[in-house]
Amino acid sequence: MTKVTLTVNGRAMSGECEDRTLLVHFIREKLGLTGTHVGCDTTQCGACVIHMDGHSVKSCSILAVQASGSTITTIEGLAGQGELHPVQAAFKEHHGLQCGFCTPGMVMTAVDMINREGGSLTEEKVRAGLEGNICRCTGYHNIVKAILAADAEMASGRQAAE
Amino acid sequence: MGVEGIGARVTRKEDKRFLTGKGRYTDDMTVPGMKSAYFIRSPHAHARIKSIDASAAKSMPGVIDVLDGKQLQADGIGNLICGWMIHSKDGSPMKMGAWRPLAAETVRYVGDAVAIVVADSIGEARDAAEAVIIDYEPLPAVTEATAALEAGAPQIHPEASNNLIFDWQLGDPDATDRAIASAAHVTEIEIVNNRLSPNPMEPRATLGIYDSAEDHYTCYTTSQNPHVARLVMSAFYNVAPENKLRVIAPDVGGGFGSKIYIYPEEIVCLWASKKTGVPVKWTSDRTEAFLTDAHGRDHVSKVKMAFDADNRITALKVDTIANLGAYMSLFSSAVPTYLYATLLSGQYAIPAIHANVRTVYTNTVPVDAYRGAGRPEATYLLERTIETAARELGVSPAELRRKNFIRSFPYQTPVIMNYDTGDYEASLDAAMQAADWKGFAARKAQSEASGKKRGIGMSCYIEACGIAPSQAVGSLGAGVGLWESAEVRVNAVGTIEVLTGSHSHGQGHETTFAQLVAGRLGVPIDSINIVHGDTDKVQMGMGTYGSRSGAVGMSAIVKALDKVEAKAKKIAAHLMEADEQDVVIENGELKIAGTDKALPWFQVALAAYTAHNLPAGMEPGLKETAFYDPANFTFPAGCYIAEVEIDPETGETDIIQFVAADDFGNIINPLIVEGQVHGGLAQGIGQALLEAVHYDSNGQLLTASFMDYAMPRADDLPSFKLSHQNTPCPNNPLGIKGCGEAGAIGSPPALINAITDAIGNNGLTMPATPMKVWQAMHAAH
Amino acid sequence: MYATSYHRASSVEDAVKLRAAHEEGKYLSGGMTLISTMKQRLAAPTDLIDLRHIAALRGISIDGREVTIGAATPHADVAGSRELRAICPAICELASHIGDPHVRHMGTIGGSIANNDPAADYPAGVLGLAATVITDRRSIAADEFFTDLFETALEDGEIVTAVSFDAPEKAGYAKFNNPASRFAMVGVFVAKTSSGVRVAVTGAGSNGVFRHSGFEQALASNWSADALSNIAVDSSNLLSDLHANAEYRANLVKVMAKRAVVAAG
Repeated sequence: MTKVTLTVNGRAMSGECEDRTLLVHFIREKLGLTGTHVGCDTTQCGACVIHMDGHSVKSCSILAVQASGSTITTIEGLAGQGELHPVQAAFKEHHGLQCGFCTPGMVMTAVDMINREGGSLTEEKVRAGLEGNICRCTGYHNIVKAILAADAEMASGRQAAE
Repeated sequence: MGVEGIGARVTRKEDKRFLTGKGRYTDDMTVPGMKSAYFIRSPHAHARIKSIDASAAKSMPGVIDVLDGKQLQADGIGNLICGWMIHSKDGSPMKMGAWRPLAAETVRYVGDAVAIVVADSIGEARDAAEAVIIDYEPLPAVTEATAALEAGAPQIHPEASNNLIFDWQLGDPDATDRAIASAAHVTEIEIVNNRLSPNPMEPRATLGIYDSAEDHYTCYTTSQNPHVARLVMSAFYNVAPENKLRVIAPDVGGGFGSKIYIYPEEIVCLWASKKTGVPVKWTSDRTEAFLTDAHGRDHVSKVKMAFDADNRITALKVDTIANLGAYMSLFSSAVPTYLYATLLSGQYAIPAIHANVRTVYTNTVPVDAYRGAGRPEATYLLERTIETAARELGVSPAELRRKNFIRSFPYQTPVIMNYDTGDYEASLDAAMQAADWKGFAARKAQSEASGKKRGIGMSCYIEACGIAPSQAVGSLGAGVGLWESAEVRVNAVGTIEVLTGSHSHGQGHETTFAQLVAGRLGVPIDSINIVHGDTDKVQMGMGTYGSRSGAVGMSAIVKALDKVEAKAKKIAAHLMEADEQDVVIENGELKIAGTDKALPWFQVALAAYTAHNLPAGMEPGLKETAFYDPANFTFPAGCYIAEVEIDPETGETDIIQFVAADDFGNIINPLIVEGQVHGGLAQGIGQALLEAVHYDSNGQLLTASFMDYAMPRADDLPSFKLSHQNTPCPNNPLGIKGCGEAGAIGSPPALINAITDAIGNNGLTMPATPMKVWQAMHAAH
Repeated sequence: MYATSYHRASSVEDAVKLRAAHEEGKYLSGGMTLISTMKQRLAAPTDLIDLRHIAALRGISIDGREVTIGAATPHADVAGSRELRAICPAICELASHIGDPHVRHMGTIGGSIANNDPAADYPAGVLGLAATVITDRRSIAADEFFTDLFETALEDGEIVTAVSFDAPEKAGYAKFNNPASRFAMVGVFVAKTSSGVRVAVTGAGSNGVFRHSGFEQALASNWSADALSNIAVDSSNLLSDLHANAEYRANLVKVMAKRAVVAAG
């Protein structure tokens, strides 16, 4: 057993686990944050996407011990007090989710996409940026719409702030 | 229509929990003392089990126990069954072979469960599984249905000689043959419908909890129909009587049919929980999902369509072989029969139809309903055939369809179905206009100029959903009734709980069902909660599949609401000293028409519970239940058009546009209906372009992960162009038809018609992968 | 996954020491292939020596036209480097299409080439650019480095520390995805370098990445897509699977080579 220490959603957290424990299982089972999901076993589906040190990663393909010492944001840490993050709000507004299982990974991916390319997203770029996330319910139509809407909303927010 | 009532684009009540990571799926459940289960599965497609030695495994770290099929049988756990009896045309019943939850003597597909390891962690369970020594005697295997029927093919079940489960027919063979013999033109084609893996993003999971003090079982499971799971596990599998078994399907991450069935794992985990004395949780990984979730489709058909000299269809003859896999799954027999052949008239007036269907065992994963279930197979067959006929006859595919449309309703087809209403031309016209059909020739010329091939194709589908009138399906062999139940509980403060036997796993019932109530009573949508998925809470239910939750599930709520309103009106009339006939419910008030007298909803609810001043003889409380049994199927229909551009150098297909014009009857929430269509289209396009299950000749599954099974991704798909042309369904109180499966039913032939139009080779089969399209183009030249 | 022990190396020397102490150990970089393989119980290293936190292995340095990419540099950093894009956009393009955004945040160039997956992108770039693979003990020319499927010239315990190359006059990469995995079903990297024209093909060869001499000669005399039109691609040594048989792959090799030339300009 090894001790793993992380800053998760702004709070220092630690737990003991086997070295072979995947980060996603550590987050779900040791930290009790079950919003991050496992939808495949080949690093394809993206249901497990979280942010590690500011970048989107697939937590099913990283050992918890590899991540020790890093700063992590999961879906549970995205919204402010009682208020949805603009990306979450856009997913609701545009019906960008159905069963909800891929949703946390989709939202974390969308936030990362906007962090990197905010203000310049196009439908083509969004679809390409979703290459690592599979949804079986929505046909992606409304996910793409929601991300573009959130990007526009956040860009106008940034402009207003400047 | 109010802002929250029927017809409004209400955003979903359930979204916040999913968006903030607060959804509660089966794998999220933990209970004290819970242990992990790993299933040992057959690596062989067909083999005899000579011996199982788990002695070394049982002493490995963390291991609680290893249990096998002999122990399960000794404890009297029953075999899995198919719940729909089909008789062959010679009158004999279908040949159902034994499906043991844990195989004891013979394994029949790669993935067949053999034993369960229960351990402290899944890692330890899996470590121990590798130490279980199983001696198999491999037997010859067969995976293709046509090969399984051949003389000398490996025999899979002793009950079914030549692996034939049933040889069934529907329609009039003589009239059909006569019409074909005297036809001016006959189009003949072979149609292959590719085998698919449903792949809801949440893998199946179950948590079995046995309480020895109460002798009671709780089963958390990824189910579309928890009450059916309880019924079947009690009545057929001897797990426990219904009063000793609670089944909970919490948030479920998609189903598409694959979570209708009761699989071995639920049964075995409940049994193992009793054997080991600990709660037992199993969660499938994706590879296991490919190996064990019921597959869909897998038909091979020979088709003849006859025309008179005026290009009117005079007959359709279909000979289908359907692969049902190694065992008969719960509804497997109904899919290639009553959900398939009954739809072979499509949108067309066809005087004579005959379908013959043979179902076959093979050494593959059991096949059952997957989004559309039988109707995509019928639609693909019919729409590919009529498109081919148009090409052979040298007429416009749109006009050939238009000429043969059914135009007066109700319409009795020669294959059981009685279509209640529809306007097929309206959808065809709308789709052609949205696709700018007229401008296609110019667009094609542009593509040619840049070295690309452009094609356009359409599909006019009809489906039967709102499953289903109980008496009718009973007479056709169904083992259950297909009504739905609802309970409307008005609390003393006027807030409302609606308990429904439907199950939402993405469909948004918590919103649409609440819209119905909000619209009827004029109360805020936030004061209404929808409760589903727990057999201890909801009285009974048949669950969600076959696009039935709206047409059947909501109709049950309407019936219960009728009763609640009637009682509330009586109370209000009594309190306001008016005639009950004069009470109307509007904007959250009960009003006396023509006066300014009114009582707020909550006050009437409170009066029902204080019971201080109720009409003489009235029971206190305001809570009603109802069961609704539909009078007929519903018949959504529409027209889909695909336009594609093919890169001749690579064979890659680019979908330039995809147009869907659907008739779903009345619509409760357009936002959600559109989402259902988008998702269905993606699955249909996936079938047409990307998805296929492949086995090698030894029965090993070659497509057992997302590395080899191509799932549609965002960049494979376009944004869709949708419209609705609605003729309300006359047979249910809301006039709704159902929208969950249409996209998956109507889209594959539109795509293949478009691609074959572009490349000039009609022999292309699904999925139209770049390699296959490239090969077809080269074969064509 | 089988049980394993994790060690975080603080320096290359530390990593070599740790590896020497664990005979059945493996180096772990981004882990995008190794962890997946271990999850499926197809690899069972007793020990993992994590290189990702060694600062010296990370980063891109450019000196004139001489480029050095640290072995632990993630694909996203290569894809996003403006300095590198200014002199060798093809390698940035290649990196920007590896896996998906999340994989690009973790996966590294060193890990990719040391693994030498026949469907990986980087081997084509490294071979096409005539790059040098620098290890803790020597420099290996790309032509010598990739030896067979999942096989390289690396000796037991040897660590890739960097990849270096001279920015080519022109280069381009074109890739045709496997429709399921999105790995390269065929990827072709073309480059006009100081030592001549090079064409490297990934995703297609039965022995992994390879150079196509016929294409190289044709492009050397006429740098244009048309120059490849009449050059045959032999399908006999190409991979055949569910998604692409050898004949189709041979076609894609030519089509992608032409597109890579067009991309190179």
